[in-house]
Amino acid sequence: MKHTNFLRPLAVVLGLALGLPAQAGTYDITVDKVRIDTGTFKKNGIGYNGSQTPTILHFEEGEDVVIRVKNNLRESTSIHWHGLILPFQQDGVPGISFNGIKAGETFTYRFPIEQAGTYWFHSHSSFQEPDGAYGAIVISPKGGEAVPTDRDYVVQLTDKHPHSGSRIFRNLKASADYYNRAQRTAQDLIEDAGADGLKAALQDRKMWGAMRMMPTDIEDVQGFTPLINGASTQQNWTGIFKPGEKVRLRLINSSATTYFDVRVPGLKMTVVQADGNDVKPVMVDELRIAVAETYDVIVQPREAKAYSIIGESAGRTAMVRGTLAPSEGMVGPYYKMRPQPLLTMADMGGMMSGMDHSGMDMGGMDMSGMNHSGMDMSGFDMSGMDHSGHDMSGMDMSGMDHSGMNMGGMDMSAGTPVVPSEGAAGAAFYAPGSGLIPTAANGGKFLGYEDLRARKPLYRDRPATREIEIRLTGNMERYIWSIDGVKYEDADPIRLKYGERVRFKFVNETMMAHPMHLHGMWTIIDTGKGAYDPVKHTVSVAPGTTLYTETEVDAPGQWAFHCHLSYHMAGGMFRKVIVEGGPS
Amino acid sequence: MKKLLLGTALGLPLGLAFATSAMAEVGVSPTVWGVRTDKLEYRMGDEENSFAWEFEAWTGNDELRLVWKSEGAKIEGGDFEEMDNQIRLQKPITDFFDGFIGIAASTPDGTPERYYGAFGVTGLAPQWFEVEAALYVSEYPYLGAEVEYEALLTNRLILTPSLEVSLPLADDPAREIAAGGGSVELGLRLSYDLIGRSVSPYVGVNYERAFGGTADILRDHGHEVDELTGVVGINFMF
Repeated sequence: MKHTNFLRPLAVVLGLALGLPAQAGTYDITVDKVRIDTGTFKKNGIGYNGSQTPTILHFEEGEDVVIRVKNNLRESTSIHWHGLILPFQQDGVPGISFNGIKAGETFTYRFPIEQAGTYWFHSHSSFQEPDGAYGAIVISPKGGEAVPTDRDYVVQLTDKHPHSGSRIFRNLKASADYYNRAQRTAQDLIEDAGADGLKAALQDRKMWGAMRMMPTDIEDVQGFTPLINGASTQQNWTGIFKPGEKVRLRLINSSATTYFDVRVPGLKMTVVQADGNDVKPVMVDELRIAVAETYDVIVQPREAKAYSIIGESAGRTAMVRGTLAPSEGMVGPYYKMRPQPLLTMADMGGMMSGMDHSGMDMGGMDMSGMNHSGMDMSGFDMSGMDHSGHDMSGMDMSGMDHSGMNMGGMDMSAGTPVVPSEGAAGAAFYAPGSGLIPTAANGGKFLGYEDLRARKPLYRDRPATREIEIRLTGNMERYIWSIDGVKYEDADPIRLKYGERVRFKFVNETMMAHPMHLHGMWTIIDTGKGAYDPVKHTVSVAPGTTLYTETEVDAPGQWAFHCHLSYHMAGGMFRKVIVEGGPS
Repeated sequence: MKKLLLGTALGLPLGLAFATSAMAEVGVSPTVWGVRTDKLEYRMGDEENSFAWEFEAWTGNDELRLVWKSEGAKIEGGDFEEMDNQIRLQKPITDFFDGFIGIAASTPDGTPERYYGAFGVTGLAPQWFEVEAALYVSEYPYLGAEVEYEALLTNRLILTPSLEVSLPLADDPAREIAAGGGSVELGLRLSYDLIGRSVSPYVGVNYERAFGGTADILRDHGHEVDELTGVVGINFMF
């Protein structure tokens, strides 16, 4: 495994950039079949510039870029510039922005770079992105970084699976739990019975069985090897530092379907940027990076030793270790994976509204006393929060004994306050009592969306002109994913008007988190900070929750809008957005 | 040989459908396919040994699936004592159940062939029971039902009890069947997922028994009414 690309202080500059004015860079990318070797398995995949190591494009803010993409595959391809604000014809989504790049052809993208920050690019054709077609984009701001650092590394995570993307999708369609190899077993039942009593353990099984759902269904696809910059734990991607230096890590989650919890044990991470936009620095011990998000963090290792960069999958089925070290060849410690979390009834909150509960015997479950007062919302205004997605009116709950139910601390029967687990900062955007609420490995601060505060407002704060409800829906057993119960192929486009400010109300009715990505325009997450709400391109909507975002509709054309989990997107959780009007 | 040809002929449309390419465009659900065996085993009985199979091959999308279901048993060095093939169209009717219609052919050696129209439902019942129930319509109609449950001892070691019932609604003397004289097949198989879920060897027992008028006919003809066999097999899913 060669890491020469990463040992350079700056990223690889492709093409003719050297010697030409920074105002017009030309870059060449080839899309190739590559052999991918993770150290544990080898497979055929797709890569850029003939390598499993992701290509890094380095742009300057204000530059006009020309990117020539040559397709060396035998099938059509495309490149989407994730998070970049650009003319829609350059956005790279076949069927929406352009016709794709046919086998053997070269397509030339041209667009101005109007922003700075960390972004990435990937194929938007079939399952090429899970198969390896992804890379990173680093854009230097005009006036230099707001927080200068001595070193600057891309840390691009992915979930490389021995199966091809199309085979994974086919297997999920054949059997939705095909890749769930962490299901509850007879042994778990015995342990639960020992801990909670047999009656309670059986009751718990009965309840999940009645819904034909699994508390372990957090990651659709297990069995992958996570990689950092194309390197597995044993291949050990290494970033070099001198003790005392400030090191910027540009975290990018390019996984097909895996959320990662990232930490650098022994160091605090100062989050300075989210999805390319500067945020007020916030110091954390750990953060969860949803699929397609980016976070820039700064660490300052003071000792001349190897530090580990740990990426642990949110479902705790896989972990990757990279290293920060004073010299090449050093290896950071590997840590034991934390226990697997379990979904709770709170995560099923949205699911229950759409379900036929005629077969469920859930008596005595008093939801009327459910109290959200214990939620740590760090002072933002939830008055507009709508809980209608938790419509439980159709549930037949008469007769259920909750005495022994393991609800992750959520006691629904007594109507006691719902308190997220101790120290669970970052819980505000999870359903109260959710099994997915992350905690930092060292008990310290875990980043949540409520901690993000824009460094400078990108837009004037103004009231939204209208609200659009987006219900995230699906059928787990059939592995069908949809928006408002309708799959992409059967859906009308969402029509927006140039110049309006739209408020999106995301209601997650499924039991999985969905990283929703709107192309071409920014997504402002309503965390109650008004003009200082964080501005992102991807927003993760946790199960059983309702979340609001706002978008200034300032980009005419046709755009894609979808869940960024590859197989959910392919399964139909996707919409075309048409922005009507605009400057001629 | 005739049986094999029949199987091939039934499988052909599916085979062609398998050639359907993967999705062309993101967001449009592709046609997918799969093959899964539920039984592929050697049965060791008191008197004779046999080879038995049960598999399902399918292709389609979220709205419609074409399914080839095959079940049979061949006595070692002898006849196909069982040979059932169905081609059916399956369509979702609820979140967890498909309805299906199709044609079924029962063509074992040594008895007249029977063809049926098949109408039924198949899916996942609460508490994870895989169930199927169907009415087979012809001059000799019968009801068929199957229930299977996968008990996870570990995530790889799986104990699968199964129950298959068939209830004839009309006499079919040529096949030693009396109306109401049902037959039951009980199975218990312990499998281990060797390579993902694609290769799973197993051991187990299989018990078949006839009841009522059918059992009487079997007895009159000097046949056993029940049979217990030990099985070793290997299941594939791809």
